[in-house]
Amino acid sequence: MGAMVSLVAVLVLILIAYVGVKVLSLQALFGVFIPYLAVLTFFVGFILRILKWARVPVPFHIPTTCGQQKSLPWIHYSRIESPAGTWGVVVRMAMEVLLFRSLFRNLKTELHDGPKLAYGWEKWLWLGGFVFHWSFLIVLLRHLRFFTQPVPGFVKIMDAVDGFLQIGSPHLLMTGVTLLAAVTYLLIRRFYIPQVRYISLPADYFPLFLIFGIASTGILMRYFLKVDIIKVKELTLGLASLSPKVPDGIGAIFYVHIFLISTLFAYFPFSKLVHLGGVFLSPTRNLANNSRMKRHVNPWNYPVKVHTYEEYEEEFRDKMKMAGIPVEKDEPETAEADSEESEGKE
Amino acid sequence: MAKGAKTPKPEELSKIDYSPPKTRWMETPVEFKPGTFCYGARPKYLEEVDFPNPREWASADEDWKLPENWKEIVLEGMKDRLGKYRSFQLFMDICVRCGACADKCHFYIGSGDPKNMPVLRAELMRSVYRKYFTSGGKLLGKYAGARELTYEVFKEWWYYYYQCTECRRCSVFCPYGIDQAEITIMGRELFNLLGCNTDWIAGPVANCYHKGNHLGLEPHTIQSNIEMMCDDIEEITGIRIEPSFNRKGAEILFVTPSGDLFGLPGVYTCMGYLMLFHELGLDYTWSTYASEGGNFGFFTSNEMAKRLHYKIYAEAKRLGVKYIIGGECGHMWRLIHQYLDTWHGPADFMEVPRSPITGTVFENAKATKMVHVTEFTADLIRHGKLKLDPSRNDHLKITFHDSCNTSRGMGIFEEPRYIIQNVVNHFYEMPEDTIREKTFCCGSGSGLNAGENMELRMRGGFPRANAVRHVHEKYGVNMLANICAIDRAALPTLMQYWVPEVDVCGVHELVGNALVMTGETERTMDLRLEPLPGKEDTEEEDE
Repeated sequence: MGAMVSLVAVLVLILIAYVGVKVLSLQALFGVFIPYLAVLTFFVGFILRILKWARVPVPFHIPTTCGQQKSLPWIHYSRIESPAGTWGVVVRMAMEVLLFRSLFRNLKTELHDGPKLAYGWEKWLWLGGFVFHWSFLIVLLRHLRFFTQPVPGFVKIMDAVDGFLQIGSPHLLMTGVTLLAAVTYLLIRRFYIPQVRYISLPADYFPLFLIFGIASTGILMRYFLKVDIIKVKELTLGLASLSPKVPDGIGAIFYVHIFLISTLFAYFPFSKLVHLGGVFLSPTRNLANNSRMKRHVNPWNYPVKVHTYEEYEEEFRDKMKMAGIPVEKDEPETAEADSEESEGKE
Repeated sequence: MAKGAKTPKPEELSKIDYSPPKTRWMETPVEFKPGTFCYGARPKYLEEVDFPNPREWASADEDWKLPENWKEIVLEGMKDRLGKYRSFQLFMDICVRCGACADKCHFYIGSGDPKNMPVLRAELMRSVYRKYFTSGGKLLGKYAGARELTYEVFKEWWYYYYQCTECRRCSVFCPYGIDQAEITIMGRELFNLLGCNTDWIAGPVANCYHKGNHLGLEPHTIQSNIEMMCDDIEEITGIRIEPSFNRKGAEILFVTPSGDLFGLPGVYTCMGYLMLFHELGLDYTWSTYASEGGNFGFFTSNEMAKRLHYKIYAEAKRLGVKYIIGGECGHMWRLIHQYLDTWHGPADFMEVPRSPITGTVFENAKATKMVHVTEFTADLIRHGKLKLDPSRNDHLKITFHDSCNTSRGMGIFEEPRYIIQNVVNHFYEMPEDTIREKTFCCGSGSGLNAGENMELRMRGGFPRANAVRHVHEKYGVNMLANICAIDRAALPTLMQYWVPEVDVCGVHELVGNALVMTGETERTMDLRLEPLPGKEDTEEEDE
């Protein structure tokens, strides 16, 4: 169900852009107005989301420790998996964000006859996720050439490296292909692995179909339908310089592409895609394992009702004295208590 | 064993079907299977700690006797906690359902129930979160993965949030560190707003609050239990130990889970502490008031946990000790390490712990002033301060079980291993994907070590037991060492079920066996009063 709903949603989006441009000639709407709105929604929404999280306190110091703690000086401790200080945390976070360290731990649990559990190699998800995210990032950065004049050196270098295979004309850019391949893999595993299919929501399929649409329209545009790149750049530069213009004669495929991207931008802050920002705030990862060395303060710590020693001794004083366990209040009080008790009996 | 519910045999139980049901999870109603859930809390336990809605009820009942506005209470409770715990708010928002956590949970591995995949266990609550706290969920309903909070849903939460031991294994593998324990903890807080604790948790909580420990041992009983251990130690070593209780002016307060004071094999570990501290001439005291290191309050609510853990610092202050040593316990150490100072600190009335024997200053505990007993002992061994005869443990082939809490909520891996390697001659590790940060839960943590949920416990403990069986078959391992009182209480049953040839012990039991004490008679028995290897003959001669 989830997959169908999402696929249909993306197809409808494509149709809207196509009809909007082809039939209704709403180039300005799809090329200028909606992209502006989407980018605005993205930034405002994302910032608000981060602020919302940041406003919620971290009451307890709860890093997940994945290695030896720092304790005795002769015990080698795990500086990254169980960092004792800020630098370790920075490295741990960097590895998490840039290399997907935790996902790299992934294993496949299998039950064999015996019964015997085995834990096998399973890095495909890591590989798929890694290729997907890095390809996407590079593709995104490469697109800066549409929004800058002159194009910055690093973007040119990226382009050159990305197209070093020099296949075809224009040169095949690898990351576009790897992005499409990775997103396809991520989709297929959602269909194919029963457990993953079982947990998948429309919100899981939708961004995958959307990104699939974005990558494939991009590839179509560049290699097959070959839109007029000069005019596209005229439009995108106009967007970037806040003096938008809509040149005639850009193919509809471009508007489909940019409409899907706009949808992704606008959808982003309201979806699971906010994990981009969330991972930095995750208290099981971004705290040092030093909570016995350094006090962590809970801003809403409040006094609680406790059972004091005095109350405890009051209840057990006689038994404690009989057992020879020292007590705070001795004879006189107890004598009173005794007399009270005997009064009670009378 | 469980009343009413018969636990299936291992052969039956290990036939696990991992294929998800035909119906979608939101349309698959929860089924309370006997043997997989705990009894509801009796009213007296709730009354004793002023908890709401005390009443007679049974978790298998249709009607849980919830207050009329229960839904409001739950949603208010969620809202409140979303604003107080970043972990909770964040973990409701950022999961991408990649499924990396799915087959990492011991309950999923042992049951095949998809709602035991951490991702889905969390979705049980996330779906409700979306419905009431996100615009997408309000607008799009089930298309946004949102659903109403109904009586059924509430029961479903209850059923599955007491099928999570808060072990954090999923959070090791999650690319964003989403920790199901945090969500389970919130879920259980919500249950307790409506008086829906389990009896097995609520009882120890009430006991601990009033009597100082989960087992409800009164001061004179604690003393006599320890004295009985001293009798055994005297029989074994010829040395009489006279520990002190509630003694003011002692240098060190020793706090351990009450499981070590009562029941086997916990008391053997406790005998190990007693022998070690005596041999060192340590100036320490026991407390009958702070007589519990563990904290079932943590499986109830953070507030209850804080109320119970109050006693440790309060007693340290009253007695005027310089610092505290804590015994072998799992969740106790998660709390000491990650919560205690935040709750009740700063502990500036004490001094930075310094071993009186080696002079080592425990810088890692300079704020909390609490040292783990294996840190303390490892330091002694490293400095050659203990005379050890590991051959006294030669009848044992040891493997070591890393407890969830001390592994993933503290990171104490090397200290116990260093000790073991110095006190035994035969030590074998379990497969690497089942130890250290990837260790498997005993299946009975976080207050699930009751009798009526035995099938659940045997399922949850299956991955742990399976790894033990592997080293048993490969190396002849016959003893499973650990540093956790829940493990010592729960693992013997688990081993009896899956690997009956393997017994369970604490690390300091092994220390006690190996420790050569000044003036001791020749040892013929280990701490279990069983003949030492090569000394069986002497026994026979005696007879």
